[in-house]
Amino acid sequence: MSEERSGANILVESLVRQGVEFVFGYPGGAVLPIYDALFQDERIRHILVRHEAGAAHAAEGYARATGKPGVVLVTSGPGATNAMTGVADAFMDSIPLVVITGQVPTSVIGSDAFQEADTIGMSRHCTKHNYLVRDPAQLAATIDEAFQIATTGRPGPVLIDIPKDVQIASALWHDGAPQRHIRYNPRERAEAGDIARAVSMIAAAERPVLYTGGGVINSGPRAAELLRELQAKTGAPVTSTLMGLGAFPADSADWLGMLGMHGTYEANMAMNQADLIVCVGARFDDRVTGRLDAFAPNSLKIHIDIDRSSINKTVHVDLPLVGDCAQVLAQILDGLGDHQTRDLSDWKARIDGWKQRNSLSYPRSEDAIAPQYAVQRLFEMTRDRDPIISTEVGQHQMWAAQHFHFFAPNRWLTSGGLGTMGYGLPAAIGAQCGHPDKLVIDIAGDASIQMNIQEMGTATQYRLPVKVFILNNEWMGMVRQWQELTYESRFSNSYSDSLPDFVKLAEAYGWKGIRIEDESQLDAGIQGMIDHDGPVIVDCLVAKDTNCFPMIPSGAAHTEMLLHGDEVVGTVSDEAKALV
Amino acid sequence: MKITQSASERHVLTVTVDNEAGILARIAGMFTARGYNIDSLTVADITENHSVSRITIVTNGPPEVVDQIRHQLERLIPVHKVVDLTENGPYVERELALIKVAGTGEKRVEALRVAEIFRARPVDTTTESFVFELTGAPQKIDSFIALMRDLGLVEVGRTGIVGMIRGATEA
Ligand SMILES: Cc1ncc(C[n+]2csc(CCOP(=O)(O)OP(=O)(O)O)c2C)c(N)n1
Repeated sequence: MSEERSGANILVESLVRQGVEFVFGYPGGAVLPIYDALFQDERIRHILVRHEAGAAHAAEGYARATGKPGVVLVTSGPGATNAMTGVADAFMDSIPLVVITGQVPTSVIGSDAFQEADTIGMSRHCTKHNYLVRDPAQLAATIDEAFQIATTGRPGPVLIDIPKDVQIASALWHDGAPQRHIRYNPRERAEAGDIARAVSMIAAAERPVLYTGGGVINSGPRAAELLRELQAKTGAPVTSTLMGLGAFPADSADWLGMLGMHGTYEANMAMNQADLIVCVGARFDDRVTGRLDAFAPNSLKIHIDIDRSSINKTVHVDLPLVGDCAQVLAQILDGLGDHQTRDLSDWKARIDGWKQRNSLSYPRSEDAIAPQYAVQRLFEMTRDRDPIISTEVGQHQMWAAQHFHFFAPNRWLTSGGLGTMGYGLPAAIGAQCGHPDKLVIDIAGDASIQMNIQEMGTATQYRLPVKVFILNNEWMGMVRQWQELTYESRFSNSYSDSLPDFVKLAEAYGWKGIRIEDESQLDAGIQGMIDHDGPVIVDCLVAKDTNCFPMIPSGAAHTEMLLHGDEVVGTVSDEAKALV
Repeated sequence: MKITQSASERHVLTVTVDNEAGILARIAGMFTARGYNIDSLTVADITENHSVSRITIVTNGPPEVVDQIRHQLERLIPVHKVVDLTENGPYVERELALIKVAGTGEKRVEALRVAEIFRARPVDTTTESFVFELTGAPQKIDSFIALMRDLGLVEVGRTGIVGMIRGATEA
């Protein structure tokens, strides 16, 4: 069937056809026709956020927790600029989003019209692709392609800028799928010859490590299963980036923990001493490699990545396998067949030696709650419920990565690449929309939580029982730590002055507020949070000046890890200071 | 602290793209955003229905950076194909220049003589000036311009290069 419909209507129908359940958005002049088309439409739930950055992060959280694309709808100008942080965040972490922005009418584009901004220009380098649609007849095919681009290959945000007149003008709408020529065809399977080489490298390895990343999560649950199969077959130990946590179960004897700047001693030492590194959907990020010329110096490297441009970007690899993680892992497993892999007992014995260093151990004291202990208890008391954890950015994020443990993909939502404070609360809201019955907790810092704290209202409005667990150290802890370690403790502007009373703030928004001031209240506080059938803020007062260890200082090698605070000198060279 | 730079090579890339709005900004912007160099860039549509354009980019950088440039270009959705001519065996590259020279007497005669040697064609003439059209490899154009400097050079316009693999096959 085909009939004339307005652009706004075509947009809504196209979203429905894509199976969209939720749109995270905020209205304004340039999207009024779309909001009118959404009015009383039962097929799509619109979640009204309190700030457009919240919309983008909520869509990210929804996407990360469900594996489906997140959809954002915001107005032109300030709506689009406010959303941009979340778009950039999704770009860095390869999260599939479709972002619809209103634009001023085509006739006034370029005239500095009211609420005009060059959204296409601004988003060009933080989207996987973007479109300005000037003709309603192009809308259906554009939206269709946008979803395909956002969700296939290396996922990412795709932005569609729709001028107001295009939303109002009409075009033919066909019920069937719009005819378009498919121009985006990412390669999903690796070459057979390369697989054969990979198989013989894996079979010959004496000290292999599987180094996994967010690509395993993005590829879908099958990739995590196949990773486990490959591990079981080879016996190789597994480490993961921040983004990949959950792909491999943290209770496995062969789990090394996270690697990199705040990774475990055993993970970093294993990377340094390995003779073969199989990188699965990770990208040799600077937070992972430490000093490049000292990174895994004596190993062969196989790199599985669907994005060719990730290969050899920072670290030269011996064998690139360009393709989807799940498909390439299946190809490798096929190839391995009954191949005998090496006996790894010597290698594992060395790893056990490194594990003995107990690099995640931390001091406890009578006077204050150790933040790591709070995370540990939070983990122990919630693990049976298979919770979804989001975080903000800072020390608490690293402590969550170190001391909360994950057993399945899509349970861990964090801003890795961009490191965006303010991500965690809206991401938790998005995740809760997708999983209404799950326990969703944002592990937060006292500074980060204030960046999108307005989203408390969103949770209240939609009765989303998200929990925010603040490790309140009264500092921008991670900044304070770097100032202590590299600027001789000159704590310039890193104190969280004038903090609100988080309990009263919770109550003001209709949430429950719980304060934990002493270790003796910790378990009861956590239990109170779990038991409350609604949103809760827990303001957990922790030790104020704890640093996050272990740590590889800027510009240092994996082997130069600081395990504890007493190894810290407090100053570094300008070269080290200049590193990111 | 000093900031160090590494040695670079010149490469000529041809990029076939969908001829859509904003494509040049997308390509040029990718170069600036990632800190790559563009020495020259030319673009024109090459199909009958104007749907596909060919862009020729001259860039320079260390080999691993040039490799990255190619893959970053391939990652853009409207890009169909990227060929590094410099890596793909012998190729020709040509550039067109318009060069205005003003002068009278001996200098004017000399300019015309040099132009003949270079096979530059006068496409506009007044009693005291020429506009020469010259096609060739960029070095040839450079040399011609250098000679014209002493002979009354007024203005130079260059297209930037286009390039193509030698032989019968498409790159
Ligand atoms: C939007 C944004 N601005 C600034 C930063 C830089 N930054 C990184 S961590 C941090 C401090 C975070 O403090 P808090 O949320 O209290 O967490 P803590 O480190 O104390 O656990 C800052 C300012 C950032 N990551 N994101």
